[in-house]
Amino acid sequence: MRMFIERVGRASVNGVIEFGYVVMLLVESLKWILLGYKRRQPVHLSAVAREIVLIGVLAVPIVSVLSFAVGTMLAIQTIHTLKTFGQEGFVVDAVALAVTREFSPLIVGILVAGRSGSAITARIGTMHESQEIDALRVIGINPVRYLGAPVLLAMMIAVPCLAILGDLMGIVGSGLYTSLELGMSMDTYLEKTLNALVWDDLRQGLIKSTVFGMIIAMISVSNGFQVGSGAEGVGRSTTRSVVLAISFIVLADMIFTFYLTH
Amino acid sequence: MQAHRDTAENAIEVENLVTHYGDTMILKGVSLNVRSGEIMVIMGGSGSGKSTLLRYLLALNRPTSGRIRLLGHDITRMDELQMYPLRKEIGVAFQGGALIRSMTVGENVQLPLREHTRLDDQTIEIMARMKLEVVNLSHAEQMMPSELSGGMLKRAALARAVVMDPRLLFLDEPSAGLDPVVAAELDELILHLRDAMNMTVVVVTHELESAFKIADRITVLDKGEILISDRVEAVRNSDNARLQDLFNRRPRNDVIDKDEYLKFLTTGDRTP
Repeated sequence: MRMFIERVGRASVNGVIEFGYVVMLLVESLKWILLGYKRRQPVHLSAVAREIVLIGVLAVPIVSVLSFAVGTMLAIQTIHTLKTFGQEGFVVDAVALAVTREFSPLIVGILVAGRSGSAITARIGTMHESQEIDALRVIGINPVRYLGAPVLLAMMIAVPCLAILGDLMGIVGSGLYTSLELGMSMDTYLEKTLNALVWDDLRQGLIKSTVFGMIIAMISVSNGFQVGSGAEGVGRSTTRSVVLAISFIVLADMIFTFYLTH
Repeated sequence: MQAHRDTAENAIEVENLVTHYGDTMILKGVSLNVRSGEIMVIMGGSGSGKSTLLRYLLALNRPTSGRIRLLGHDITRMDELQMYPLRKEIGVAFQGGALIRSMTVGENVQLPLREHTRLDDQTIEIMARMKLEVVNLSHAEQMMPSELSGGMLKRAALARAVVMDPRLLFLDEPSAGLDPVVAAELDELILHLRDAMNMTVVVVTHELESAFKIADRITVLDKGEILISDRVEAVRNSDNARLQDLFNRRPRNDVIDKDEYLKFLTTGDRTP
């Protein structure tokens, strides 16, 4: 029993320490993004662009396919449910809102966490292992500026862009299924969607996905910097990074949805 | 920043350096001077604290207490931004090379120039190529670090370390794990670099032969303390038993207390 309490206590303390570390990392990354030029140690735009390609551009096919599938799935379920009330026509509004406000940011967040979060942790972790991070430091290159800040900036740009793509593909998927099932033309479907959506729906999705991007960036970078020794350490940190990022995305989603809909 | 009055003589001054790893004391009050333009070799067995000492000399970690002056600046009291100008004067070649693996060898060597100077691309490329020429690696400029052998990696790291013409050069195990011929060539190269560019060089190694060949002075660390810090001849002729063990590759014969050892075996407690 005492051992159990001791372990819970130690885990809590470590959790608080790690949270502090992540916040400090976020502040420092933002500081480099904003003040780097003034200090003549800029965050290189080429590095940001490279990250955007890795995180965003290369994820376009998979995001398209998954969002399309989720949109179709939503349409199937919604039509099935609404049929009991004889209100199938409302499927357009229901899917438009669900995709833009909820599903697209969430699917993109989870996908990027699994795809890029793990890669970033593994990359920074192996750099740490082979003393490359020490080498950067002795050259005078701050590792947060060189490795952390570009990832943060790229995530804040790429993840919302992917979410917009997810919105589009989800609505197209749903539209195709609905036009087959209910005999509604695609033009009518899209027109009704545009009427159903207001700016606030898109804004909610964009705010959420920006925050998800920041969560993935900070968790993957911090786990990379804190990697344990050996190849095993890198593997463990990578797994941890993905699980933590997805968990925090879902939790943050719940909190955001509560505040943004009230 | 005010220059220390001994700057002309001592490039590095370490005073009473105490460091901890967790709760374990690693360096137990190390004091050491390295004169300008000399090659100081820091030796010691595994776990003697020599690699730790190097990390503190490079300001990668903060000591518990004590003072380290590099070129007259007390680095234990400087933050990263204050260290930035001083970093230009310091070159480091790590044990495994520590080249950035996503960049070519050439880009790695160019990295410090791109960071610290406003030179145009072509000048930077020429300067990097010249340093690669010095270490006989000009043919490898476009290669990735993963395509290089161990000796080539160490030489490439050396080229990156000297590309800014630093006043202080730190080398971590420059010849460890290399075949004797390559190791000897690397020793020659270090001597040549010092003579040509008049650098102060600190080499951390456990290779005796190489140490005796290149060193002006040798410092031997043992269990976090300095055993001796003197000219090569004096170190070689010292009659200190631990030194002789190290030089003659004798296993250490620490006296074991019977009761203490039994206590350690049964309880895992090492304290006497």
